[in-house]
Amino acid sequence: MLELNHISKTFNPGTVNEKKALDDVTLHLNDGDFATIIGSNGAGKSTTFNAITGAFFVDEGSVILDGNDITFTKEHVRSKVIGHLFQDPLLGTAPHMTIEENMALAYLRAGTRNTAFFSRISGKDKKRFQEQLALLDMGLENRMKQPVGLLSGGQRQALTLLMATMVTPRILLLDEHTAALDPATAEKVLALTKKIIEEQKITCLMVTHNMQQALDLGNRLLMMDSGRIVFDVKDEEKKKMTTADLLEQFKIHAGKSLDNDRILLSGVSET
Amino acid sequence: MSALSNIFTMSIALSALETGCIYALVALALFISFSLLNIADLTTDGCYTLGCAVGAMVTLAGHPFLALFASLLAGAMAGYVTAFLQTKMGVESILAGIIVNTGLYTVNIMVMQFSSVVNIFNCDTIFRYAKEYIGGSWYKVIVVLTVIVIVAAFLAWFLNTRLGLSIRATGDNAAMVKASSINPAFTITVGLCVANSLTGLAGCLLAQYQNSCDINIGTGMVTIALASLIIGETIIGKGGILRRVIGVILGSVLYRFIVAIAIRLHVPAECLKLVSAIIVAIAIATPYLKGKAGFWTIRLKKQHAVSKSGKNE
Repeated sequence: MLELNHISKTFNPGTVNEKKALDDVTLHLNDGDFATIIGSNGAGKSTTFNAITGAFFVDEGSVILDGNDITFTKEHVRSKVIGHLFQDPLLGTAPHMTIEENMALAYLRAGTRNTAFFSRISGKDKKRFQEQLALLDMGLENRMKQPVGLLSGGQRQALTLLMATMVTPRILLLDEHTAALDPATAEKVLALTKKIIEEQKITCLMVTHNMQQALDLGNRLLMMDSGRIVFDVKDEEKKKMTTADLLEQFKIHAGKSLDNDRILLSGVSET
Repeated sequence: MSALSNIFTMSIALSALETGCIYALVALALFISFSLLNIADLTTDGCYTLGCAVGAMVTLAGHPFLALFASLLAGAMAGYVTAFLQTKMGVESILAGIIVNTGLYTVNIMVMQFSSVVNIFNCDTIFRYAKEYIGGSWYKVIVVLTVIVIVAAFLAWFLNTRLGLSIRATGDNAAMVKASSINPAFTITVGLCVANSLTGLAGCLLAQYQNSCDINIGTGMVTIALASLIIGETIIGKGGILRRVIGVILGSVLYRFIVAIAIRLHVPAECLKLVSAIIVAIAIATPYLKGKAGFWTIRLKKQHAVSKSGKNE
């Protein structure tokens, strides 16, 4: 269970570039919850994720994961239990290392802290990596010794997803992870995401610019604007909503139209 | 053939092989810092002299084998200071190396008890032991080959352990290393310590090899090692770690052969540093220039086509 209690963050305080990126955000996410997040550009969606992963420390409030206060825990320590995927498929993997080596690195999270340092990839590990890759149905299981830089963006993102969930994370953060892929590949990666989340019952937060996707996926929907969560629907209530309702809600809560160009475009194509 | 054998006497080939293997340790250090960690570590020059000074002094005290480990340790300490400056103090990586390199000059001359040259001609060295037990003209080659094989085997093992993988990933994609619950500051520190310990070891071997240590012996070492590294990576290409490590060693030996030929062709020894500088500059610039050349040809073709179609109308 993840709790964000009244967290705030101001970037560049005291300068002309001062920006209140998070403004008293409170969010309680139950185990197994799958929440989608939508909002305009600069609404604080990615900043919320970075507050959870520990890319920066929040100015106020606390971050609590499974009852442990991790507000001031370092990023690399938190990452043991947090999976994070970005829009850019290049960010999650090391291009000059082989698929096998990348997976071995991701698997480090499973290891006990000190003893795993000098261990090597065992035959058993290799076999398990191969089995997991086969589930992607992209033929990657036969390319274990190839550098990841040779894979396509979609393949790399699928691999990153696999790596992030190889050791089941306590929480998975997806930051528009299919937005940079072509439609067919995006659909494939999304289907895979759904499958993995359901199978492992992962608690998940997913930022998307596609309103239909935000409605279709998960059991909860959050809308952000100017560093605040302005709208929050769950379960039955969420199921009844349409994209038109969403746009309407946004106008009410944010007092303006959605200005995320990609949201508008995807909204037009669906209505 | 006869011309080549004129240039290449056996003893010249042997000494090129010997020095090539010693300098290969420095090239391997840069392989870790420059190729894997993607950090331009300029500690190298000072660290090499440090290894040489520590090696010479411990040998002078009568412990040639202990000297090897002492210089390994001294090198690792220099690497640690550089890593500390850049990971804990926020000093730019190149600057951190330059700062440590500058400071090391004083440290080195202190180690050498404030004299700029230390001679160990009358001391027992590992090469002298080898001469006694092995003899022949190959004993020096056997010593340096033993060291380089041990180091290569260690690196091939170490860089494939999970810690080694993390170090390699740090230079490739630091964000990903953080996401794998490894602290990049830690991997950079370990990487630079290992790299500089190899540089220190190389200094120690050279001190025992030429029976002396000079305060300026490390000057330009980073460029020479880079030249070796780049020659090695060019001839061997990409591949597994063992393959790349062997490539770096071959590159270093090859570089020494080039130098040996140059000396035989009466290129003054003073010019060699300029030659290595030019080799490094060309080697690093080549991929960039290749890309540029591709762009120029496309643009020329386009302009050509446009001017043609303009005439047709």
